[in-house]
Amino acid sequence: MVFFGLCNIAAFLFVEEGIKPVYIPIKPDICMEATKTNFNRRAFLKASALAGGGLILHFSALAKLGFDDKSQLADAPAQWNEITGYIKITDDNVVKILCPNPEFGQNVMTSLPMMVAEELDVDWKKVVVEMGPHDNVKLGPQFTGGSMSVRMYWKPLREAGAAARNMLLQAAAQTWAVPVEELSTKAGVIYHEKTGRKGVYGDFASKAAAIPVPKGVKLKDVKNFNVVRHSQKNVEGAKIVSGKPLFGLDYKQEGMLIAMIHHPPAFGLKLKSFDASAALKMPGIKDIFSIKMFEDGFEQAGFDTRSFNTLLVVVGKTTWEVMNARKKLVAEWMPAGDTKDTMGGRVGKREVTVPGELETTATQLEKMKQHAAMPANQMRKDGDPETAFKNAAQIVERTYVAPFLAHNCMEPMNFFAHVTDEKALLAGPLQGPGWSEPTLSKILGLPADKIEIQMTRMGGGFGRRAYSHYQVEAALISKKMKAPIKLIYSREDDTTYGIYRPMYTATYRAALDANKNLIAFHVKGGGIPENAIHANRFPAGAIDNYLAEGWEIPSNITIGAFRAPRSNFNAAAEQSFLDELAEAMGKDPIDFRLELLARAKEKPVGKNNEYDADRYAGILKLVKEKSGWGKPEHSQYHRGVAAYFCHNSYAAHVVDMVIKDGQPYVERVFSAIDCGIVVNPDAATNMVQGAVVDGIGNSLYGGLTHKNGEVEQKNFHSYRIIRMHEAPKKVEVYFVQNDIDPSGLGEPPFPPVFGAVANALYKSTGKRYYQQPFTSPQSEVPTV
Amino acid sequence: MLSLNINKKTYKVDADPDTPLLWVLRDHVGLVGTKFGCGVAQCGACVVHLNGEAVRSCVTKASRAEGKQVVTIEGLAENDDHPLQKAWLELDVSQCGYCQAGQIMSAAVLLKENKKPTDEDINDAMAGNICRCGTYLRIRDAIHLAADIQAKEGAGK
Repeated sequence: MVFFGLCNIAAFLFVEEGIKPVYIPIKPDICMEATKTNFNRRAFLKASALAGGGLILHFSALAKLGFDDKSQLADAPAQWNEITGYIKITDDNVVKILCPNPEFGQNVMTSLPMMVAEELDVDWKKVVVEMGPHDNVKLGPQFTGGSMSVRMYWKPLREAGAAARNMLLQAAAQTWAVPVEELSTKAGVIYHEKTGRKGVYGDFASKAAAIPVPKGVKLKDVKNFNVVRHSQKNVEGAKIVSGKPLFGLDYKQEGMLIAMIHHPPAFGLKLKSFDASAALKMPGIKDIFSIKMFEDGFEQAGFDTRSFNTLLVVVGKTTWEVMNARKKLVAEWMPAGDTKDTMGGRVGKREVTVPGELETTATQLEKMKQHAAMPANQMRKDGDPETAFKNAAQIVERTYVAPFLAHNCMEPMNFFAHVTDEKALLAGPLQGPGWSEPTLSKILGLPADKIEIQMTRMGGGFGRRAYSHYQVEAALISKKMKAPIKLIYSREDDTTYGIYRPMYTATYRAALDANKNLIAFHVKGGGIPENAIHANRFPAGAIDNYLAEGWEIPSNITIGAFRAPRSNFNAAAEQSFLDELAEAMGKDPIDFRLELLARAKEKPVGKNNEYDADRYAGILKLVKEKSGWGKPEHSQYHRGVAAYFCHNSYAAHVVDMVIKDGQPYVERVFSAIDCGIVVNPDAATNMVQGAVVDGIGNSLYGGLTHKNGEVEQKNFHSYRIIRMHEAPKKVEVYFVQNDIDPSGLGEPPFPPVFGAVANALYKSTGKRYYQQPFTSPQSEVPTV
Repeated sequence: MLSLNINKKTYKVDADPDTPLLWVLRDHVGLVGTKFGCGVAQCGACVVHLNGEAVRSCVTKASRAEGKQVVTIEGLAENDDHPLQKAWLELDVSQCGYCQAGQIMSAAVLLKENKKPTDEDINDAMAGNICRCGTYLRIRDAIHLAADIQAKEGAGK
């Protein structure tokens, strides 16, 4: 019941964020089944020598590979009693909570189990946390993206904890022959006050596992939380700082070979022929061949995006040997021409033409300019904007442009695969195992229950690892080699084979009457290959005459989700425009927004306004107060402000900029966030600080350009990433305190940074910046 | 056959002497705490110590490490309790965590040479280490905290 509703919410939100929705059917009645595992200690250790499905086997397989502390393996308990899919308790009272969702740095491996622990009522410090296996039936949707993890698991995980506590209480009541109502718990201990009896959860775990999962449990009042809303440290912190194997690139198996892929050097090219004779003679090389990703007519699901269909593969013993052999590989490429892709998914099967043009950035910009002048699709219209513009005393019109962005996850794309005729094991960093599995199943011709996917920690994701192509590549290579292999992308491969943030533009127009009142607002956005406009977001709803339009230019450059898709451009463009508009109207930029929000609250215009005007105003008021808006701490500070709503959360920033050695430097930032209940406050603060740094970096330096289809940036010497000396001295983060269910946090603080930086740049230089990145990407790259 | 002293242990490695130390550590020795990020000395994820100096192992030929002491994140402190490791945990620095071993190894050399680094010192010393999650502020704070821990531990000895 729980997940059924949630899946619908998840699908809806992805539509909102422009990601193709994927529906994962969950059988509601077995969401929380109670099973007792049959492994005793001996069987447990013996089983660890095997590879295969099942909870315990999964844990053992990882432990065998050094993925878990040896001590933990040595202390392997006699028996795990599974009490709901998320909780296992041994007879000797070890409490283990499984994290359902993949971890890419948003700290879900800590925050999600915290939610279980809160209702289970255990001592958090004694809980063992472990990444769960991929099992959508037992553990829910299991994807990381759309800032969904906490919000989609908020209720189910607390219910799992509460249900398990209830089952343990029933078991204790049976054992002691007392009414269950007379029992209480505290930090993993059950008490019967009348008789003075007490016992730890482990004493009753075996019995509890046989009790049916109660239907409907009472959840704690949020005011009584003692784990959630209290800062808890990253459960993998110690492993990270001591270099333990955690990531996909660290994953190893006996006899594993290394594979690398040679993809066409430009979008729009394909493999013509290759000569591997010299490369094959290189030491350690096992084979060189080409693989075909999708057969003609293969129906692609939402996350099946792939840049090239035929890839050249080099397989060898070690990474360096494969890297060296690649240098000897001779490949000839040819124009791919226009090609056809078959798209599936919810919208139904359809053919899409992918143009064959070898694109160049200057031409892309020119094309966008031409399209911006042509008629576009109407997305929303309120009132009579045409007449209002005709009657305007003044029109303010500005156009904004932003480039393609590469995700640049610090851990390059990689994946392990061992595919046999009967089954497949895949392991590595990925955001949505439930999205990849059906694709792998179709391509490998194996039923889903013969495909095991293990989720390692991810060295960053940002949306990039939602896409399954590198997992499919690994699987196809393993199948061909009949051996376990690990596919590794070099940094150059990772940068030039991307599923990028699209290239965007938008023209904003505002009509003012003779008294400088805002009477109409018009946004027309477009991009390659999608437009970014969220037509129902602020300032829609606050202006009588409003028009939003969009257009798109097809392209062969592959694009996808990038931290707060579309919002990351809208917040830059719209928030810069509102700043300029406030100035034209002679108003303070925060007061101007608050006036619009007051209007949207009192007398909202139109339908489907997505935001809550009160909460939106709340973060602006909070950031105004905390930053001392009218009075920056230092006279040399140039201030910019911006705010945005996405993923059901609200974020505002005030940035203080100085010009240092002729370069803009954001020295200090104040952030106000309303994401409802904050599950893990210090980790949440860390994430907001990181989003601020990420936003400053991408707005000032980020960008990917093309020349005849070729990506011009290859590695970090030409793709500039923000560094230590460019990061602010201080980022103060303030959360609105309320008891509203949690909403997104990984993405919402990111988009408004762009706007705040643009507005501070104006204050610093007297010049408005309309094109990202705001500084030359080539300037100031440190040499080492 | 290469003979390498890594974290006070001797390893005999059958690899081309031109192989970067990074891949010898990861593929041959099995020490995977040292990370691959860029392969061209731009990101710092692969920093190790060679006779106490911070080097980028992705561009350091393994043969150069022969006869020298190699220290990786796994060998930085016997019980993983270097002041930097303690400070990193105290301030809960990590997000994805991938770059942090390299950050700590770079910072360790800084702290050895400069017992009380300023923000500017840290900015200079750490400019070669990229953190894509943007944890720079906490890294900076953690280095200051580690300097304090180091001073206290030194005074206690």
